[in-house]
Amino acid sequence: MVTKIESVKDYQMQEKANTETKPYKLETRNVNVYYSHNKVLQDVNIQVQPNTVTALIGPSGCGKSTYLRLFNRMNDYIDTFRKEGDILIDEKDIYHKRTKIEELRKTVGMVFQKPNPFPKSVYENVAYGLRIQGINKKNLLDEIVEKSIKQAALWDEVKDDLKKNALALSGGQQQRLCIARTLAVEPSVILMDEPASALDPISTAKIEDLIYKLKQHYTILIVTHNMQQAGRVSDKTGFFYLGELIEFGDTKQIFTNPKNEKTENYIRGRFG
Amino acid sequence: MQFGFSGLPAKVSGFNIYYMTRAKEYIIEKCLFFSALITVLTTIGILLVLAIEAVDFFKEVSIIDFFTDSQWTPLFSEKHFGIMSLLAGTLLTTFIAIAVALPIGLTIAVYLSEYAPKSFRKTIKPLLEVLAAVPTVVYGFFALMVVTPFLQNFIPTLSGFNALSAGIVMGIMIIPFVSSLSEDALYAVPKSLREASYGMGSTRFQTSFKVLIPAASSGITASVILAISRAIGETMIVAIAAGQIPALTLNPLEPVQTITAFIVQVSSGDVPFGSLEHKTIFAAGISLFALTFILNSISFWINKKYQQQYE
Amino acid sequence: MNNAATNRIKDKLFKYFGIVCTLIGLTVLAIFIIDILIDGVQRLDWKFITNLPSRFPEKAGILTAWTGTLWIFFLTAIIAIPLGIAAGIYLEEYSKKGRLANLLEINIANLAGVPSIIYGILGLEIFVRVLKFGGSLLAGSFTLALLILPIIIVSTREAVKAVPKTIKEASFALGATKWQTIWNQVLPAASSNIITGIILALARAVGETAPLIVIGALAYVPFVAKTPMDEFTVLPMQIFNWVSRPQHGFIINAAAAIIILLCVVFVMNGIAVYLRNRAQRKIQW
Repeated sequence: MVTKIESVKDYQMQEKANTETKPYKLETRNVNVYYSHNKVLQDVNIQVQPNTVTALIGPSGCGKSTYLRLFNRMNDYIDTFRKEGDILIDEKDIYHKRTKIEELRKTVGMVFQKPNPFPKSVYENVAYGLRIQGINKKNLLDEIVEKSIKQAALWDEVKDDLKKNALALSGGQQQRLCIARTLAVEPSVILMDEPASALDPISTAKIEDLIYKLKQHYTILIVTHNMQQAGRVSDKTGFFYLGELIEFGDTKQIFTNPKNEKTENYIRGRFG
Repeated sequence: MQFGFSGLPAKVSGFNIYYMTRAKEYIIEKCLFFSALITVLTTIGILLVLAIEAVDFFKEVSIIDFFTDSQWTPLFSEKHFGIMSLLAGTLLTTFIAIAVALPIGLTIAVYLSEYAPKSFRKTIKPLLEVLAAVPTVVYGFFALMVVTPFLQNFIPTLSGFNALSAGIVMGIMIIPFVSSLSEDALYAVPKSLREASYGMGSTRFQTSFKVLIPAASSGITASVILAISRAIGETMIVAIAAGQIPALTLNPLEPVQTITAFIVQVSSGDVPFGSLEHKTIFAAGISLFALTFILNSISFWINKKYQQQYE
Repeated sequence: MNNAATNRIKDKLFKYFGIVCTLIGLTVLAIFIIDILIDGVQRLDWKFITNLPSRFPEKAGILTAWTGTLWIFFLTAIIAIPLGIAAGIYLEEYSKKGRLANLLEINIANLAGVPSIIYGILGLEIFVRVLKFGGSLLAGSFTLALLILPIIIVSTREAVKAVPKTIKEASFALGATKWQTIWNQVLPAASSNIITGIILALARAVGETAPLIVIGALAYVPFVAKTPMDEFTVLPMQIFNWVSRPQHGFIINAAAAIIILLCVVFVMNGIAVYLRNRAQRKIQW
């Protein structure tokens, strides 16, 4: 613990100390995942600090999406899904028998690869998460809808016509709408599964900006194929290969000085 | 982990809401389940009703007589209970109907599938469905009032009630069944077979009849069997136009009575419930059900095997 | 003439044969309809629509018949629609793949192929006799509801199946329960197709005669039904009754009644087709 801050370096060291004594926001311990007899994740141990962005990179089909979906239990819908090990949020086991799944999903939001707005108006898309909790007062809804859309950097583009059908928006706008929808229920964690892969470069840049800003209030876990994206937005990065976590660490270190040969090969583009 | 929301009101503690929701979800699922169960109850109901009443009937009439007697005269003073006459009527009209519907329906299927331009296909298909949408009592009227007099111009011996008119009109009604299902069967044939045939320089005609139809034969057979089942179960067209006199005959120019028309005849009459005459409805009913059930099952089984073939 | 030329001729001939076949059914139907119009239009007037049935063809009208049809339409709808949609939702969204689900599916496929007169026999025993509804509108509509239930169930299943999984995923990810997702997202998205199926099913019910004859709907009902326990008749039955009479005047009446019945059935089918086309042209997901 630094007692006196006399320079930028002191400040940075204190910040580092602060973050590391806080409890982990997300953690998986010795997690194995199977679909029937197929092992898709092997012994994954990851700790995620609050208010950070963690990127998961690796070639297609390496279990990154499956890993992501452990945190909001979306894998539960697959009949053959089986897991071993512990998955914790705020140090609580979310696969405990007593876990209230709907409550879990209100604290852990998800943005999908292909934008999937509901076939309703922009307003109703964002209000949906609130309505299903019984929040129906117009003033309150109006307020939260506006706040969420602003947070998602979409307000200027839709403020004149919130009744417009969401499907009429462009791909990038739809994705930001999906982010606004997720923000409206005030989660503390946001899971993003390749959120910009279906978008054009300009929309992608907007989304990346957004992720960087959101970091202040949320803990973000993002799966991405785009290494430059991972390098740009994340604090920590995990490299997955064939279901195993090969390396996990500070993004800067992973991309400039990877410890594992496989990581290095992937980063240098030699496969995947 | 915070389960509440900063600044948002919570009327009831989060705990209670959760269990209330769980209970609501459970109740809803059970209600939906019972709705689905009604279909099972319907089948059980049909089986029970037919079985119980038929058993009652066969206490008074021997099964052997039922299948071998050549006359069906339960409403006359001298009673015979041979189902063969009704069966003959049913099969005769069905045969004529299929003789009309199968060639026409199959041709339409081939034409729409291989020859017709897409726009024509799109407009024609819903129009063909119209044929199936016309109420059967209307078709019965047509058979009696339009087709029979028309045919009598060419066939002077045609009686006013006959199997031919009824059969032809039934056939027209069934055309969409055969054409639509056969077309689906043709559509399911793998593209590679088609391309192989055309690639060798075959005409559409050759490809259709030498390659596609044989390949789709199971699907087509299943659809024909379904059409037969539909014809056997048809009531109003035959009740109006085919006649009310059971006759063990294969002559389409004479009146016949089908199983279904007989049931209508007894139901619209004054036969007291519980009498032997009335119980004939159930004997006829169970025969009808057995026929259509067997045919439907065969068709279903063929389709199932057929699907596996192409998976 | 060589092989290739013969084949080309066969091909061309078949093409024309195909067109002929395709149009045959419709042409014959058109001839029928024209004949009906010629016979029946003369009889269509206000009196015809508001008269009670009578022994005299000139005086007979279809008042009891079309009011009966209206009753049957609404009662059958009230019974069959919620049951059918609920069952369809259960089968598509809740029942897990397994023996029970397969059994339910096979059963419904079978029910769809059972002749309508058998439903009449079922209705006769259960609704008329055991439940003591008598030959009433209630018995008739319950019977027809069972008849059209498989149609509505299948339509609902297809409609729900067509809703993209991603919509449901998004809803679950926001913390919605299964029923909330179905009620708020799936059903609204599937509604067009479900409604199409319902309209087609009801059009079928409105045209049915045989089951109602068996349960004891009367042919000669000289009063308008006022409660669901009343005896009744419907348009198709009135037509059947008139066609069975020898007097030519009744044949004209039958033709006129057919015109009205066909109008109702065709309008309903037309609406259903229109809705189906509109749903397909809507914004693709």
